[in-house]
Amino acid sequence: MSFFAMAKGPLLRASRRRFLSNSGVALSGAAVALLAGREALAATGGAATEADARILNTALAAELEAVAAYQVGAGSGLLRKPALDLALAFQGHHKEHADVLAKTIEKLGGRPVAAKARYEFPTEGLKSEADVLRFAASLEKGAVSAYLGAVPVFGNRDLAKAAASILGDEAMHWAVLRHAVGETPVPSAFVS
Amino acid sequence: MIRDGVLRILAAAVAVVPAASAMPPGDAARGEAIYSRCFACHSLDANRTGPRHCGLLGRRAGSVPGFDYSPAMRASGIVWDAKSLDRFLASPAAMVPGTSMGYAGIASAQERADLVAFLGAARCSGPRE
Repeated sequence: MSFFAMAKGPLLRASRRRFLSNSGVALSGAAVALLAGREALAATGGAATEADARILNTALAAELEAVAAYQVGAGSGLLRKPALDLALAFQGHHKEHADVLAKTIEKLGGRPVAAKARYEFPTEGLKSEADVLRFAASLEKGAVSAYLGAVPVFGNRDLAKAAASILGDEAMHWAVLRHAVGETPVPSAFVS
Repeated sequence: MIRDGVLRILAAAVAVVPAASAMPPGDAARGEAIYSRCFACHSLDANRTGPRHCGLLGRRAGSVPGFDYSPAMRASGIVWDAKSLDRFLASPAAMVPGTSMGYAGIASAQERADLVAFLGAARCSGPRE
């Protein structure tokens, strides 16, 4: 059964409402973890703090691009409900990630990168809803790999934990988007 | 799309590229799949969070026009070839301390060789090259 067929059922509609209403709570937990980690870092300072801020800034740049990418998808006219709702919910998560990252970078003494005035997306290849969802899935998969690669290099373990929390959220996005286009949601036991 | 197709054809044409003497032979097709891990920040033909990758081998590090590199990368003096790229992919921060690429690296020598083979085949098809 496809994701869209499932989405027509009352059970999923109800669970999706719960998902949308609860997602802010889950991400607030990650935000608290991230900002809590900042306190210890701010006390130590130095090169490790600078390196952590640099990693966070790279993540922030990617999150800001993801927000823009979902905006392109949402405004393309190619997404219908429930895919449009999903895209907007996921965009909201990326906005929350970006907000927390930016605040944390500032509190570490860094300067958060700003969103670019213009992003280059392969819009010429987006002709259908499935194209948009596959494009989003490719970005989410990349985000999972990026956070997976970032977690071990943080000097501060609390920041690593917070990044892992975001990784989990991106992995869920990727799985749901894969399911939405009829692909195996979770293609393997491990991510890389 | 046409550009993507050209790149795929080029990648397939260079299916097996011996990257460096100490590296295992790389497979560009496997490397293309591994490259999907880079999509959060990179693409072949556009500067994103990271710089574009087409035409990478033979290029001086920190030299793509329009991309805001870290001072560390600009000052690295690296010219990308199979060997230097393999070292960087193994541990970016160890090779270029201060790089913006906050990524632990790819532990598998085979995966790095595959990725190097793919990137080595990725030519720019537009006016950028």
